[in-house]
Amino acid sequence: MDGIGQGPRVAFTLPIFGGIEITETIVIGWLIIAAVFLLCRYLTSSLEKVPTKKRQIIAEMFVGFVNNMVEKTMGRKWKRYAPYIATILVYAVLGALVSLIGLRSMTADFNVTLTWALMTFILITYYKIRSGGIGGYLKSYTQPIFVMLPLNILSEIATPLSMAFRMFGNVSGGAVITALLYGALASLSRLCHLAFSAGGFDINLLQLFIPAVLSIYFDLFSGCVQAYIFATLTMVYVSGADPEEA
Amino acid sequence: MLMTEKAFVLGCSAIGAGLAMIAGIGPGIGEGYAVGKTIESIARQPEAQGDCTRTMFIGVAMAESTGIYAFVVALILMFANPFLGKL
Repeated sequence: MDGIGQGPRVAFTLPIFGGIEITETIVIGWLIIAAVFLLCRYLTSSLEKVPTKKRQIIAEMFVGFVNNMVEKTMGRKWKRYAPYIATILVYAVLGALVSLIGLRSMTADFNVTLTWALMTFILITYYKIRSGGIGGYLKSYTQPIFVMLPLNILSEIATPLSMAFRMFGNVSGGAVITALLYGALASLSRLCHLAFSAGGFDINLLQLFIPAVLSIYFDLFSGCVQAYIFATLTMVYVSGADPEEA
Repeated sequence: MLMTEKAFVLGCSAIGAGLAMIAGIGPGIGEGYAVGKTIESIARQPEAQGDCTRTMFIGVAMAESTGIYAFVVALILMFANPFLGKL
């Protein structure tokens, strides 16, 4: 059971301000940033007007996909949001998919998802204030009648929290279920005498291929869908905050 | 044999975590409805499949929220028990 429900390990401690703990999540996050940077440099190197190379076609397909998505969901005037949405999408997808190569999913850390949700929340509030002014923004809390004030405040806070919890819960839930399955398969293979240890390693034969089936759902599918949903919700909320722009 | 206070709190927390996950029924029914209706509409209008699927994913993610909240409560009860500190 150890390892289930544990937060990210502390990778190392920075010796300033009395020791800042750098967790696995931050290290993996920066690794992903570096990988995405190199990937972008590779995909967009030596661009041609009529693409002949595979890598330029792939890059154009992705850019076109995001542009199309933003234009469909937010409207034509919000097209400048495409880079932001693409950033969230790529970062979230890769952050969830690093679990495929044995690292800890970045989005299984509540700090990460809460940060993204707060960014969305700041954008929502900014556009609400910009479209209606401070007075209009404060007045919108008392709509339709004054009694609704506490409920409106609650629903305003619930928006980023539910976004953050949704992403965190999905990915970490998958991690917990996979860990439980590994534990169950280990004891099952010990029960069926299919477990033996070689050179300090415990090998449980039943653990070999069965978890891969669940991994397709919890790592591949769930990670990609949650990233897509997070991006879509960001677009819907932000463009809904300023209805005149669309 | 007398139970220690800690064992009692831990056992109750485990039962509470299990009870919290009963909330998983709601999202299950809700998502089932959403997916079923989507399939119906795709069968009626196969050319709208892309739009239907996209909207369905968002709706399903919304319906999932309550289940996720219950899951977070269960996780807190199991791995970051707040009641043990109050003994």
